[in-house]
Amino acid sequence: MENLIALLVAAPLAGAALLLCGGRRLDRAGHWIGTLFALASFALAVPLFTELLGRDAEQRTLHQHLFSWIPVGGFQADVAFQLDQLSMTFVLLITGVGSLIHIYSVGYMEHDERRRRFFGYLNLFLAAMLLLVLADNYLLLYVGWEGVGLASYLLIGFWQHKPSAATAAKKAFLVNRVGDMGLSIAIMLMFTTFGTFAFGPVLGAVGETSEGKLTAIGLMLLLAACGKSAQVPLQSWLGDAMEGPTPVSALIHAATMVTAGVYLITRSGAIFNGAPDAQTAVVVVGAVTLLFGAIVGCAKDDIKKALAGSTMSQIGYMILAAGLGPIGYAFAIMHLVTHGFFKAGLFLGAGSVMHGMNDEVDMRRYGGLRKYMPVTFITFGLGYLAIIGFPGLSGFFSKDKIIEAAFAKGGTEGWILGGAALLGAAITAFYMTRVMLMTFFGEERWRKAPTPSPAEPSVEPAAETRGEYTPPHPHESPKSMTIPMILLAVGSVAAGGLFSINEAFVKWLEPVTDFEHGHPPLSASAITTATIVVMVLGVALAYFQYGRKPVPAVAPRGSLLTRAARRDLLQDDFNHAVLVRGGGELTRALVQLDHSVVDGAVRGTAASMGGLSGRLRQVQNGFARSYAVQMLGGAAVLIAATLLMRGV
Amino acid sequence: MSSVASVHSLWTMAAEAPARIPAPKIEYAQLAPALIVLGAAVVGVVLEGFVPRRSRYYAQLLLSVLALAAGFAAVVGLAAGGFGSTKAKIAAMGAIAVDGPALFLQGTILLVALVATFTFAERRLDPAAHGKRVDSFAAQAAAVPGGDAERAAVKAGFTTTEVFPLALFAVGGMLVFPAANDLLTLFVALEVFSLPLYILCALARRQRLLSQEAAVKYFLLGAFSSAFLLFGIALLYGYAGTVTYAGIAEVVSDGAKQITPALADTMGNDALLLIGAALVLMGLLFKVGAVPFHMWTPDVYQGAPTPVTGFMAAATKVAAFGALLRLLYVVLPGLRWDWRPVMWGVAIVTMLGGAVVAITQTDIKRLLAYSSIAHAGFILAGVIATSKDGISSVLFYLAAYSFVTLGAFAVVTLVRDAGGEATQLSKWAGLGRRSPLTAAVFAVFLLAFAGIPLTSGFAGKFAVFKAAAESGAGWLVVIGVISSAIAAFFYIRVIVLMFFNEPKADGPTVAVPSPLTMTAIGVGVAVTLVLGLAPQYFLDLAGQAGVFVR
Repeated sequence: MENLIALLVAAPLAGAALLLCGGRRLDRAGHWIGTLFALASFALAVPLFTELLGRDAEQRTLHQHLFSWIPVGGFQADVAFQLDQLSMTFVLLITGVGSLIHIYSVGYMEHDERRRRFFGYLNLFLAAMLLLVLADNYLLLYVGWEGVGLASYLLIGFWQHKPSAATAAKKAFLVNRVGDMGLSIAIMLMFTTFGTFAFGPVLGAVGETSEGKLTAIGLMLLLAACGKSAQVPLQSWLGDAMEGPTPVSALIHAATMVTAGVYLITRSGAIFNGAPDAQTAVVVVGAVTLLFGAIVGCAKDDIKKALAGSTMSQIGYMILAAGLGPIGYAFAIMHLVTHGFFKAGLFLGAGSVMHGMNDEVDMRRYGGLRKYMPVTFITFGLGYLAIIGFPGLSGFFSKDKIIEAAFAKGGTEGWILGGAALLGAAITAFYMTRVMLMTFFGEERWRKAPTPSPAEPSVEPAAETRGEYTPPHPHESPKSMTIPMILLAVGSVAAGGLFSINEAFVKWLEPVTDFEHGHPPLSASAITTATIVVMVLGVALAYFQYGRKPVPAVAPRGSLLTRAARRDLLQDDFNHAVLVRGGGELTRALVQLDHSVVDGAVRGTAASMGGLSGRLRQVQNGFARSYAVQMLGGAAVLIAATLLMRGV
Repeated sequence: MSSVASVHSLWTMAAEAPARIPAPKIEYAQLAPALIVLGAAVVGVVLEGFVPRRSRYYAQLLLSVLALAAGFAAVVGLAAGGFGSTKAKIAAMGAIAVDGPALFLQGTILLVALVATFTFAERRLDPAAHGKRVDSFAAQAAAVPGGDAERAAVKAGFTTTEVFPLALFAVGGMLVFPAANDLLTLFVALEVFSLPLYILCALARRQRLLSQEAAVKYFLLGAFSSAFLLFGIALLYGYAGTVTYAGIAEVVSDGAKQITPALADTMGNDALLLIGAALVLMGLLFKVGAVPFHMWTPDVYQGAPTPVTGFMAAATKVAAFGALLRLLYVVLPGLRWDWRPVMWGVAIVTMLGGAVVAITQTDIKRLLAYSSIAHAGFILAGVIATSKDGISSVLFYLAAYSFVTLGAFAVVTLVRDAGGEATQLSKWAGLGRRSPLTAAVFAVFLLAFAGIPLTSGFAGKFAVFKAAAESGAGWLVVIGVISSAIAAFFYIRVIVLMFFNEPKADGPTVAVPSPLTMTAIGVGVAVTLVLGLAPQYFLDLAGQAGVFVR
C-alpha cells in the first residue's frame, strides 16, 4: 500500500509533462487528459484513506523511501514520503477540490486557445502541492514549496498579454521569495542544529534543544508561512493574484496553496510548542491578518478582490489557531478543510457570474442576478452562509472552535485574541452579506450604461461606452461548471457537521498534532451565542446599507478608512515608500560603493600595473650596452645574495 | 723549498708517472641521439657543397626529418632499454649522463625540432619572388640588405638552405646540454647550440636589418654571459679540483679529501664555491631568460625569423632548464640552503617582471617573449622545489609549454600583410571575424599560456605550483598565482581583440599554409589538448623519468 504514495505525486506530474511537452497535437484533448490525471490522483488517494482508517490510530503513518537524493557524508537527503493523518487530510482536499476545479475549468476555459497549457500548469501545481504535503523531510518539502510557487507564478500570469497579469505574477513571485528565504534559512538552521532534515528526527529532538534555537527556527518558519499564506506583512500579493483565471484563484489562492503556511506550522508543531515567543508571533500575525483581510474585503468592489480579502482573513484565523498550540492545531486544519470547500465554491460562483456577465468583475455593475443564474445563486448562497458561520453549516463549527480556543489561551492575551476573532466574525458577516446583496439582489444595474468613474480617472472608458451600450445577457453556466459548484456546496454545508460528530476530526488528527481541550474563561455556549449575535449584527448592518438603499453605480468617496481599505490598507504604498524606495537608495549606495571602492581598487590596480609596466618598459631601450650593464649588475646582485645567504 | 716544489709542479710532471693517455671508451649506442643529429648536420654541410641548388631544399628537408626522427627513435629505444630508470649510467668517460631526465628532455627537444623543421620548410606564405617559392629566410645571408647583391640573389631565387644543417647543429648541442655531466662538456654544448642560433637569428627574409641587429645583440650578450659561465667554471674547478659533477658534489658535501698540490690555496674555499656557483647559475639563467638576464629575449624574439623564434623559444628553454636542473640537483644539492633563497628571488622577479611588462606590449612577438619570461619564472618555482615532484613537474611543464609556444609562433607566421608578417597587435583586431579557425586556434594557445583548465598549461602550472607548495614555498606559489592573474589579463586581451573588436579596413590577411605548417599547428593544438584533458599518463612518464644519475 505504501508504494502507492509516490504515484499520488507521479500522476499529475506525468500529466504536466505530457501536456507541456506534448505540443499542439494534444490541444483538442488536453483538458480531458489533465482532468484524468487529477482524478487518477484522487482515485489513488481514496484507497489509501480507507487503508489508514482500517488501522489503529497509532499505526496510521505510512512511509515510502524512493531513493537517496544527496548522500554526502553527514549530509543525507532522501526522496521519501510520509503519509499520516495530516498529510492524508491535505491529499484528499487537494486531489478532491483539485479534480472538481479541473472539471470546472473545462467549461470555464473553453474559449481560451492556450487551454492545454493551462491544464498542464494545473497538473504541475497538483504534483508540487502533493509533494509539499507528502514529503517526509523539510528539504523535499522545500522542493514542493518552490514548485507551487512556480505554478502559482505561471498561472497568475497566464494571461500574460495583460500587463496587469504579468505584473501581478511578478509581484507574487517576488514577495514569495522573501518568505522562501525564511524557509531556506530555517532548513539550514535545522541542519546545523539537528544534523538532519527528516521530520521524525528533527521533531523528536526538540526536547534537547535550546529555546533560543527553536525560536529562531520558528520565526523563520513563520516568515515562510507569511509569504505563502499571504499573512501580514507579506500579504500584498494575494489581491493582485486575482488577475489569474478564476479557477486558479479558487484552487491555488483560496483552497490549497495559500494554506501551505498553516500546514508548515502545524507540521512543525513540536518546534513551536518549545518556543513560546515564536508562538506569540504566530498568533499576533494571525490576529492582525484576520482583521486586516476582513477590512480590505469590506471596501472592494471587485468581487474576486473582495473574496481575496476574505481568504486572507480566514487564513488569519487558521494561523491564529495554529499559533495557539495543541488546543488549536486540529481546529486550524479543520477550518482549513471547510474553508477549502466554501471558499472554492464561492470563487467558482464568482467565476460563474463573470462567465455570464462578459467577464465583468465590478459588483456595482451586477445586481438582481439570482433570477438569471439560479444554480450559481443557490451554491454561492450556501457558501456564503457557511463562511459567515450560519449555525449548522461548515464554517460555524470550525470558526466557533477557533474563537473558543482563542479565548482559552487565557489571561489578557486570551481576551484580546478572542475579541479580535469575534470582531473578525462580525466583519466577515458584513462584507460577505455585502457581496451577496450587491451581486444577486437589488436593482439590475448592468442594464444601464456605466458612467465613467471620477474616482478612478486613470481607467480608460470601456469600448462600449463610446458606442451604443449593449447590456450583457446573464445566463447560467454549463453543467461542467455547475456540477463542481454543487458538489462544493454540499461540502460547505455538511463537512463541518460531519467532522464535529463525536469530535471525529480532532480524534483523527490527534496522533499527529496532539490535542488538548482548551478551557475558555466563558462557557462554550456563551461564546457560541456571542458568535451568532455578532454574525447577525454584521448581516444586519450590511442589509441596512446595501439591501435597503440602492447601491450607487459609482463608488462614493467614503470615509478615510474606506479609502485606505480600497487601497488594501495602503500596503503597496507602505511597501513602495519603505522597501522600494529604501531598497533603491540602498542599491544606489551599493552601486556607488562598487564604482568608487571596488571598481576603483580594481581599476587602480590595473592602472598602477599599467603604469609600472610602462615604466619598466623604458629599461628595455634597445641598446646592447645597457643590457650588458644590467646583466653585470644582475650578476653582482646574484653573487652578493649568495654570499649573504651564507653569512646569514 | 716546499713552495718552490709546488710552483714547480705547475709546469713539470712527476717522473715516476710516464704519461699515457688512455684511449677513451665511448658508448656509441647510448650517445646515439646526439651522434645521429650531429652526424646528419655534417652531412648537411656536405650536401650544401655537392647537391645542385634546385634539389638542395628537398634533400636537406629529408635529411633533417630523417635525422630527427632517427634520433627520437634512438631516445625511445634507450628509454625502453631501461636507461631512463634502472640502467641509468654515465657515458663517455664521465662526460655525458644517460638517465631519465636526459632522455625525457632529449625526446622533447627532438620532437620540438621535428615540428619546428616543418615551419622552417614552409614556402607558401611569402608571395613567390620571380616565380620561385621562397621561405622565411634571406635569399643570401651575406648580401648587404637592400644592396645589388641581394636583389640579384632574390631574382635568381636563391634560398638559404643552410638553415637545416644549422638547426641540426643547434639541436645536437641542445641534446648534449641537459645531459652534460661535467662543466666543460656543459660549456662546449652551450656554444655548440648557441652559435648556430646566432646565425639563424640573422637570416630573416624581411626586415633584415632588424633581424641582423637582433642577432648581433644576441651574440654579444650571449658571449658576455658565456664569459661569466666560464669564469664560474674556473672558480668551481679551483674550489673542487675537478670539473665533473659528481666530483664537485662530493667536495661540496664532504669537503676536499685529497688536495691537489697545485690548488692547495683554493681548494675547499667556500668563497670560490659560492661565487663560482652564482656565476654558472647566471650563465644558465641567461639562457632560460630569467630576470635580470632576460634583456635579450624581446629584441631577439622580435627580430629573428618567426620559425626560428618558435624553435628557439621552445627548444632552448627545454635544454637550458634541463642543464639548470642537473646543476642544482646533482652538483649543488649540498649547497641548497644557499641557493634556494637566491633562486626564490630570481623566480619572483621573473614571474612578476615578465607578466607586468607584457601588459603594455604592442607587438605580438614581443608579447610572447615577455610571456616566455613569465613562464620561465613559473618553471623556476618547480625547479626550486628540490624534490622528485619538482623534477617531474618541470619536465612535464617543459614538454607542455614548448608545443604551445611552437604552435603560437606558427600561427603568427600566417597573419600577414604587404610588409610580411603583421605582428602589430592592433592589426589583429577582428581577426576572429575574418578567420575564425585561425583565431580560435590561437585562442587555444593563449588559454594554455594563461593556464586555463582543460589545456596543457593548466596541468603544467598546477604540477609545478603543487611541487613548490609541498616543498614549503607557499609564498612563492601565491606570487605565482598573482602573476598568472596579471598574465591572464594580456592573454585574454588578445582574445578580446580578435573576437570582439571590429576588423580594420586594411587589416592583415591569413595566408593559407602548406601542410607543413598545418601539421606544426595541428600537433601544437593536439598536444595542448591531450596534455590538458588527460595529463596523467604524461605526468606518470615524467615521474618515472624524474631521477638523476650521479
